[in-house]
Amino acid sequence: MDQALNFESHRHQRRRANLTRGLVYYAGVGLLAVVMLYPVAWLVASSLKPLDEIWTNVTSLIPSALRFENYAEGWQGFGGISFQIFFGNSFVHAGVGTLFTVISSAVVAYGFARVKFRGRDLWFSIMLMTLMLPSQILMIPQYIIFNELGWINTFLPLLIPRLGGDVFFIFMIIQFIRGIPIELDEAAMIDGCSKGGIFFRIILPQITPALVTAAIFSFYWTWEDFLGPLVYLQNPNMYTVALALRAYTDLGSVNNWGAVFAMLTLSLVPVILIFVFFQRYLVEGIATTGLKG
Amino acid sequence: MSEPAAVLTGANQTQEEALRRAPTNSRSRDFKRNNLVGYLFVSPWLIGFFLFGFIPIAISLYLAFTNYHLLRGGEWVGLANFERMFTSDIRYGRAVVATFRYVLLAVPLRLIFALAVALLLNTKRRGVYWFRAAYYIPSVIGGSVAVAVMWRQLFGGDGRVNEGVINTLLGFMGIERLNWFGNPDTAIWTLVLLAVWQFGSPMLIFLAGLRQIPSEFYEAASIDGASGWQKLMNVTLPLLTPIIFFNFIMQIISGFRVFTQAFVITAGNPLDSTLFYALYLYRRAFNDFQMGYASAMAWVLLLIIAFFTLLNFRLSRLWVFYETKEG
Repeated sequence: MDQALNFESHRHQRRRANLTRGLVYYAGVGLLAVVMLYPVAWLVASSLKPLDEIWTNVTSLIPSALRFENYAEGWQGFGGISFQIFFGNSFVHAGVGTLFTVISSAVVAYGFARVKFRGRDLWFSIMLMTLMLPSQILMIPQYIIFNELGWINTFLPLLIPRLGGDVFFIFMIIQFIRGIPIELDEAAMIDGCSKGGIFFRIILPQITPALVTAAIFSFYWTWEDFLGPLVYLQNPNMYTVALALRAYTDLGSVNNWGAVFAMLTLSLVPVILIFVFFQRYLVEGIATTGLKG
Repeated sequence: MSEPAAVLTGANQTQEEALRRAPTNSRSRDFKRNNLVGYLFVSPWLIGFFLFGFIPIAISLYLAFTNYHLLRGGEWVGLANFERMFTSDIRYGRAVVATFRYVLLAVPLRLIFALAVALLLNTKRRGVYWFRAAYYIPSVIGGSVAVAVMWRQLFGGDGRVNEGVINTLLGFMGIERLNWFGNPDTAIWTLVLLAVWQFGSPMLIFLAGLRQIPSEFYEAASIDGASGWQKLMNVTLPLLTPIIFFNFIMQIISGFRVFTQAFVITAGNPLDSTLFYALYLYRRAFNDFQMGYASAMAWVLLLIIAFFTLLNFRLSRLWVFYETKEG
């Protein structure tokens, strides 16, 4: 009986130790989460604060009153151009760009993964080598070429090169296609399916998850892209949201910080929404291919 | 990889069959058609590569040896651009120093954070999924201008009389407020901290690597009486070295190319202490239109990145542990 009691208290002790360790763990990771998310929460809170409170009660995350006019005032934009134009431009840039990138990448990936043709391995290695190339090398001659073509101040320099696909995504989709049993292709071939038919009927439905991952990354990289629009779009009517925000927030010229924080917040909404709805695809995409975030 | 397969099917056929014309023809036609179909499928990339890759590379290489100016044109100057870079352009030297400082600070700190947090999240405790998502959010939005502006205001306040969040918090703690953007020693730290805040993607890659370590290894270590620390040092970290290496290479490459954050947050100031390579190159090319000189800078950047990548591959033999090799 004595021993049983001892045993009981020992187990009790261990359970208490586990509980303490759990508490310490959650306190630690919770604190880190607060630090990580505080800047974002601060941005959102500042976008809703009354104007006189933004800098006077700067660390607070809870506005004393919600001032939604910040959004209405910010939306009016600058120089007579409203943010409706900038968001429209960004949706065209990111939407069409993503469409081009994903479709081309899927087609090219299928060619490399499933069609045997002369020189395939050589082209494949050349393609992978282009990953190493800093964009700075291509940027200047591309600008000169597009300038000669009269494409400056249009979306063409930002969209047309996308028709070639993106090597990161091509590589990711190739890996995905390699996981599909080749017997499916062979069965379709015996049934008289051409390579094109196999792509559309067999492969395309199977690689949808990879395409969704590629589309998500492509959309939010394009949405956040700054250097491309900065180089090619000089007319404020063509500005994407990223360019507009930079012009809108140039230090010294800002008077209405509420409106600025409102537009900063709004520009993050599409990205955050995609993250919330497609988190699984994002996480898996990074884990399996090592894509940068 | 492709052609041997076609040859093999040929070899399998009997001589009699090989003598008959028709199958041979159809086979070769089939092979040709595969060539055509293959090139058709990869043609988007192939055409894109020639127009927007190969031709620009050739032009860029040529420009690097000219004094081409977007408006004035230019002529062949041999190695003058490189001479100018390494001997007379003081700002180029500052840009190189600033970039190296940034890479040396940001890359190790970001990776150490990513690894530490990944180890912390590599448990079966409840709710880990949500913490992982929370830590990853800064990386999702981190490349944007919006976050760059937010960061600038966190450190700089409204840029006039009002302090930002960071200085206010320092004030609460009784620490002297800093003029973050006015001092070369602190300005670069705002950018380093922004990079560290975005440890999400390397963290996810570390987590994926941690999940792949077979649990038998830990069981065996437990039987041998290993403590948690010993397991970390002798099982986890050695098996994770290939992933650490991969992350290290990728982060160094992207560190050398950092642009948007420096452009928006510090604009290279003060005293060129954050004038990163890509930023200086951009200014030379698109503000001064010195596109020949900027092209030469781009090729030197490629050489720098290539040198460090190769160096890392060399050094990796000393510390990266590949399971398959050791048996």
